[in-house]
This record gives sequence, C-alpha cells and structure tokens, in this order.
Amino acid sequence: MKIIIVGCGKVGSSLAEQLSSEGHDLTLVDTNPDILNETTNTLDVMTVVGHGASYNVLIEAGIETADLLIAVTASDELNLLCCLTAKKAGNSKTIARVRNPIYNKELSFFKEELGLAMIINPELATATEIARILRFPSAIKIDTFAKGRVEILEFEITRNSKLNNLRLSDLRARFKCDVLICCIQRGDDVIIPVGTTMLYEHDIVSMVAPPKVAAEFFKKAGILAEPVKNTIIVGGGKISYYLAHQLLHMGIHVKIIEQNKKRCEELSELLPEAMIIWGDGTDQNTLLSEGLESCESFVSLTNLDEENIMLSLYVKNQSNAKVITKIKRQNFDVIINKLDLGSIVYPKFITSDRILQYVRAMQNSVGSNVETLYKIVGNKVEALEFRVTDSSPVIGIPLQDLNIRKNILISCINRNGKIIIPKGSDVILPGDTVIVTTTLTGLTDLGKILK
Amino acid sequence: MNFPMIFSILGTVFLFESFFIALPCIVSLVYAENVGIDYLIVSILCLLVGLSLKKIKPKTKVFYAKEGFIAVALSWIFISIMGALPFVVSGEIKSFTDALFETVSGFTTTGATILTDVEALSKTSLFWRSFTHWIGGMGVLVFLLALMPLSGGHSFHLMRSESPGPSVGKLVPKVRSTALILYGIYIALSIANMIFLLLGGMTVYEALVTVFATAGTGGFGIYNDSVASFSPYIQWVITIFMLLYGVNFNFYYMFLIKKPLQGFKITELRYYVGIFIVASLLIFLNINSRFSSSADALRHSAFSVASIMTTTGFSTVDFNLWPQFSKSLLIILMFVGACAGSTGGGMKVSRFIIMAKTVRKELFHLLHPSSIKIIKLDGKSIEHDVIRSVNIFLISYMSILMLSFLIVSLDNFSFTTNLTAVITTINNVGPGLDTVGPTGNFSAFSALSKYVFMFNMLAGRLEIFPMLLIFVPHTWKKQ
Repeated sequence: MKIIIVGCGKVGSSLAEQLSSEGHDLTLVDTNPDILNETTNTLDVMTVVGHGASYNVLIEAGIETADLLIAVTASDELNLLCCLTAKKAGNSKTIARVRNPIYNKELSFFKEELGLAMIINPELATATEIARILRFPSAIKIDTFAKGRVEILEFEITRNSKLNNLRLSDLRARFKCDVLICCIQRGDDVIIPVGTTMLYEHDIVSMVAPPKVAAEFFKKAGILAEPVKNTIIVGGGKISYYLAHQLLHMGIHVKIIEQNKKRCEELSELLPEAMIIWGDGTDQNTLLSEGLESCESFVSLTNLDEENIMLSLYVKNQSNAKVITKIKRQNFDVIINKLDLGSIVYPKFITSDRILQYVRAMQNSVGSNVETLYKIVGNKVEALEFRVTDSSPVIGIPLQDLNIRKNILISCINRNGKIIIPKGSDVILPGDTVIVTTTLTGLTDLGKILK
Repeated sequence: MNFPMIFSILGTVFLFESFFIALPCIVSLVYAENVGIDYLIVSILCLLVGLSLKKIKPKTKVFYAKEGFIAVALSWIFISIMGALPFVVSGEIKSFTDALFETVSGFTTTGATILTDVEALSKTSLFWRSFTHWIGGMGVLVFLLALMPLSGGHSFHLMRSESPGPSVGKLVPKVRSTALILYGIYIALSIANMIFLLLGGMTVYEALVTVFATAGTGGFGIYNDSVASFSPYIQWVITIFMLLYGVNFNFYYMFLIKKPLQGFKITELRYYVGIFIVASLLIFLNINSRFSSSADALRHSAFSVASIMTTTGFSTVDFNLWPQFSKSLLIILMFVGACAGSTGGGMKVSRFIIMAKTVRKELFHLLHPSSIKIIKLDGKSIEHDVIRSVNIFLISYMSILMLSFLIVSLDNFSFTTNLTAVITTINNVGPGLDTVGPTGNFSAFSALSKYVFMFNMLAGRLEIFPMLLIFVPHTWKKQ
C-alpha cells in the first residue's frame, strides 16, 4: 500500500520502520530535513520536507494515489487539519493522533463528520492497556479477538505453579477448563506447541480462552486472577487521569501521588472518588505511610523513565504488589526487559501498535480473507483471524486428521458468537471464523495452513 | 566496516557480470568467430568467483554510507579487472594494462582507447567493448538494485554512491522501484534510438553497438574514424540522442508520469539546453568558413558540442584541426558535462548552477555583511550540506586533476596532450587534443600514466569520493 506518514517523531519513525519492513511504499513528511535525512539513511522510504497540512506538500508526497495517511505530529490540530486536507486532495483513509483530553469526547464526531478512519490517543490507549493488565494481574499482556469474546493472555510460569512440568495434553483433564496454550516463549525461542510439549519454569505462555474461562482457569491453577482491589499511582499526568477514571469505574480504589499541588487540585476536581495525595512519590516515607506494603498494585507513571524504573524496583523489593512501569524511550528495551519491573508499558509502542493493527487489517481486507492480524510475543508470532469460505479445503474434517504445516496451530473457532477452543475431534464449518497462531508470516488464506 | 556484507554484494555483482560476459558469445555464434569460447571461459570463471563470494554470510546486515562507498568503488574496480580478461585471454589486446584501460574506459563510459586500429578487433570483442558502456551508463549496482530486493535503507547508500549528481533523490519510495523506473527509461530510450538508427540504413550490429555507446554516453566506435563515415541523418540522430541521454532522468519520469509541463521547468534542463545552443552557435560561427556548406558546419558543430558536453566522445570530424577558440570552448564544455542523474559525466550542470549561485551569494554578502540569503534551486532551498559537498567536490576534482597532470607529464608529451588527456579522462569524455585527439589514442603513454588515467576515469564516473575513500588508511582499519 502507499502510505504517507506526517510527522517523523518517535511514533512516526517507529511506524515507518515497521511499515517499510512489511513492504509498503512509504513517504514521510516533516518540517525538519535533518530528521528526514537520518531516516532515509536507515529506511527505504521517500521523504518530503514541508508542512504536513499544506496542500502542495501533500500533493508532492503523492496524496492523490495514496491509500492511507497517518498524521502523528506533535500538534492535534495540525494532525486533524492534515487529515482533512488529505481527504479533500485525494481519496485516502486517514488516521490522526489526537491527545488533548478536551477532544476526547468528540472523537466519534471527528470520525464520522470529518471522515477519519481512526483516531488514536496515546495516553488513553496506554491507560486502557494498564487497566486491562490490572484486571488480570498475573497476565503480562492481553489481546482481544472476536469482538472481545476471546482473549490471548500472556503469563509467566513460576517455580511453584501447578503448570510447572506439565504436559500440554494433560492440561484440560487436570483443570477441566477449555483453554489452549497457543505459543510458548522460552528464552529467546518461540515454540508453537503440540500435545507432547512440556511447560517449564520461566516459560512465558500465551493462552487462548474466553475471558470468563480464563478467570476460572487461573483460579483453579492457583494463579492470582482476581482484579486488584486497590492501586497506587505515582505521577498525575494524562495517563493517570484516564487510568484512574477507568479503574474507579471497575470499582478499584485509586490513590494518586502527585508533586504539583495545582495538578492535585485539578485531579481532585476531575476524579472526586479518587484519593489524591500531594507529595513526592519517589520519597520512601511517603510511599510507606500511604500503605505501600499492603497495596495490591502499583503503577509508576512519572515523566522520567529513570525515576519509574527505580520506583518499580523499590516497590518490587518492598511488597508483593503487581507493578506496572511506564517507559517512554524504547532504546534500552533489551536491558530493561532483564530488570524485575513487572509489566512494562511503552506508550509510543502501544500507539504505533494500534495503528499497525489497523494498517494490517486494512491491507488484509484487500485480496485475502484475514479478518484481523495481531503480532504477539514481541512481534515473533502472528495471530490471524480468518473467515472460512464455502470452498475452503479444511471444512468438515476433524482437526486431528488435517495435515497442518509445522508451526501452525488452530487456536480458536468462533461459530456465530459461540467460542470453541478446539480439540482434535472438532471440525471447521463454513461461516466460522478461525484464529490461527503461527511463527510463519504471509499467510493469506486458511487453505494455506495445509501441507 | 562490514566487509562480509561488502563481499556478499561483490559476489552478486560478479554473478551479474558473468551473465553480461556471456552475451558476446551470441555475437560470436552469429558471425562464426572463435573468440566466443574465451568469453565463455571468463564468464564461467566470473560465475565461480561470484558464487564463492556469495558463500560469505555476513554476521550483521549493518550497512552505512561508508560501506556503500566502498562497495561501489570495489565493485567498479573488480568488474573492470574481470571485464578485461576476455581481451587478454583471446589475445586481442596483449598487455593486461591496455586491456584494463580499455575496460575501465568502457565501464566508466569514457571512450578513450589504446587501440591504434579498432577495426582489427573481432566483432565479438567490439560488441563487448561497447556493451560495457551500456552497463556503466546507468550503473551496475543500480541494475543490481532493480533486480535484487535488498532490505532496509542500505540499498539507498549503494544507489547514492553510484548515481551522479550533487544530491541524489528517489523517484518513488522504494529504491528497487526507482531503479526499475530508471532502467525502464534507459531501455525505452535505447530502443527508440535503435529504431531511428535502423531507419537510417545501419546494419543491426552497427546500430546495436552505436546505441550502447550513445546510451552510456561512452563513445567507443567500431570504425577508426568514429562515426564520420555515416550519413548526415545518422549523425543528427546520434546528436539528438546524445543530448537526450544527457538529460536528468527525473525529467523523463516527470514528463511521462507526473506533469509533463512541470518537467520543462527544471532549471538544470534549461541551462543544459541553453549551454548547448549557445556553444553550438559560437562554434558554428567560428568554423563556418572551413566547410563548403553551412549545413555541414552546423551539423559538425552541433555534433561536437553534444558529443563533448554529454561526455560521449564520438566525432564526425577531427576538431583538433579547428581554430583555438572552438577547441578551448570544447575543453570548457568537458568540465561542464551533462545533467545530474543522467548517464553523462563531467562536473554536471547543476553543480555549476549551485557554484554560480554560491559565488553570487558571497559577493552579495560582501556588500551587505549581515545579510542572510538562502540559495534556492527549482523553488527549493539547497541544504548547506549540499553546497559544502559541491565545494569540496570542486577542490578534490582540481587537486586530482593537477596531480595527475604532473605524473602524466613524466612521459614528456606536449603540454596540450598531457592536460587534455587528464581532463578528458576525469570527465569521462574520451578524445582530447593533439596526440589524444579524435583521431589519436592513448597507446603511447607509459603504464604508470595509464593507471593514473584509469583512476581518473573511475574517480570521474563515481564522483571522486568513493575512489578517494579507498586511499584513506582509516577505511581499512578495524575499529
């Protein structure tokens, strides 16, 4: 596809990196020629120096023939204007990043009246991600499929877990739950498991299940699955606001520690149910006196990555709380992943991830029958949702008799809203949607999973 | 420096060259010549070398601008060495130095020759000689990029190092598509050129080799008198096509795909055409009295100006016998060269435009010391980096020219011969004046001088910097 990205900041360049590696024709627009030069040195893209909302600049970037425009400059208004100009100048789909909470309630208006395909608010997306993690404290990451009916949950197997040293074929009998392990990350390797695969300590497994079943399974397996009851958030920025809002909605007690008194007052006004503490969140006494040891979860959301990392390490040391750390810069993720920081959220990554999902879905809607495509386990595994056509070669044959290629697993069947976690005896029928997890790339049709 | 990666690229280049060297075998079959066997042997040798180099598996794919420069420089040196082998193996050019000179001259589209009697060569070898022009014109690595998908940004480093011009841009987002478009235009122009030449009564073989030499703006002829013996129609066709190949290929892309009229607004194109017209008229006035008809004088002046300016180097008459004014003008045109992003050599019209604008800015600055003026070309401001690199290009260019001139003068030829020989090689033109004039050749020079000329030709074609980097010790050090 021909894609134009306006704004070559962190999100813009990480999007460019992903999209160009996926083979799209990219044109980047930015006012700063130095940044663009830097990008052309590492990526196979074309660049245009100029103001993204200018008609002439967009024409030069080829808006007339582009399929998609992504506006991710620092300014909301510029992004919106950019999308409007693009809409009038060409016939592309448009995505804008809009982060000001004031516009938050107007998103649906923007989408419908201004013809935007997608609006992404990085802070809101991050807050949603954190809230989802807090709902399932044992999970590292959760992705939803089939309109929320199925989830893929990533969690780590600890030494004392009942899952440690378990053969996968015994999993269902042991816990009497319809769940399926669809991939296992062991060190740097990613395994698409078969029945004889064993689970070991430190494995990070991805499990497919409807949300309720997953909760039941976690309970039976002795993994903490209840949503947390309270949380401490350090830092009172936009993410904190969105997060507190969502958590309060779920009935979770929220305590926000913020340094700036004026911001505290604002937050108190916006979130009357939350407890706002005016104090230094990095001060150990403040934390201890606010009940750090007994709290169930802790989120570091200050503006400084270093402070967040230190805070999380300290909290991990002091209590058993579920810890979530926000990190802005992705540059040192190799080292950061080695630290015991609990779940880590990268707002930039979440933003670009959401946009990528849209782009992939858009691309897949052309010429193949992939409904949605997610990259899971650090982009090493694809989870694809296929719609089964009447002529598909997989119809009516029990799964155990299908001659499926290696490293492919049929993880879930959705039959008119009824979720089937497949066993060997299950069959695929026309009209089903099927989720396939695989380490292979470029699957465009369900028929291609066969040898 | 990621040498395994560079070697891997070299391997691919050899694979392509192996294919190219096999092509003259067809000519051999058609004309029942024996030398085809020698080409086949070299082709297989080249294939083996390529395959063994491809066995090197780079640990990392890290590839920066410096690797791009070195890969391009080494590629050009090694394809020249390999391309010279058929001449030596077949015995048609006995000395390796001479064979290498001829091949370097071919690939760099210079067209300078050491052969005293071109017609003595087999048709197969003449085909190969001209074919090197065609490959070298658009560039071996650009060809490679068009066919081989290389991931990431590093393919652009290769393209940038090989393509002529002060700042190299892409036509479309992907390097591969850009390379395909460039070769598409190149091939389309070549086919059009071929048709016009065939209409003029050339044989298929003559037309083919003439197209190769014209398209690459090379200038190897297959007759001793270059193209003088062909009809005026053919000479006009060659004149026009030489000019067409000397135009920035971005123009054709704009003209065909985007907005036709916008293409004509390119400043460089206007200057290029302007310089051609003015220079042709001046020479026409200067030489008119020497020819029986004005039509002849006009044809010869236009042909010579086009040939020299696009750095092709064909000749219809011996301009060495012309008045001093015409000769001097032609020498100046050698420096000017063709447009950036064309197959022509020289310093490029756009560099001269930028230099002229810089000088004007400096003068303006002297009058108004605190004034700030951004230099613009085609409505876009030129980045400081580009201006700096143009200036440094000029300095390096002149330094190489002077140093080469000094070394070459050891051979004790006339001042004009030495100087024009250096100018003509570094600008990839072909003929100079006096001994190396249109009817002369380079065979009399010593081996040392020939290697200096080879360096000049490569430096001229690759725009100096890749070749200079090879001589920087730091390049070869492990960091």
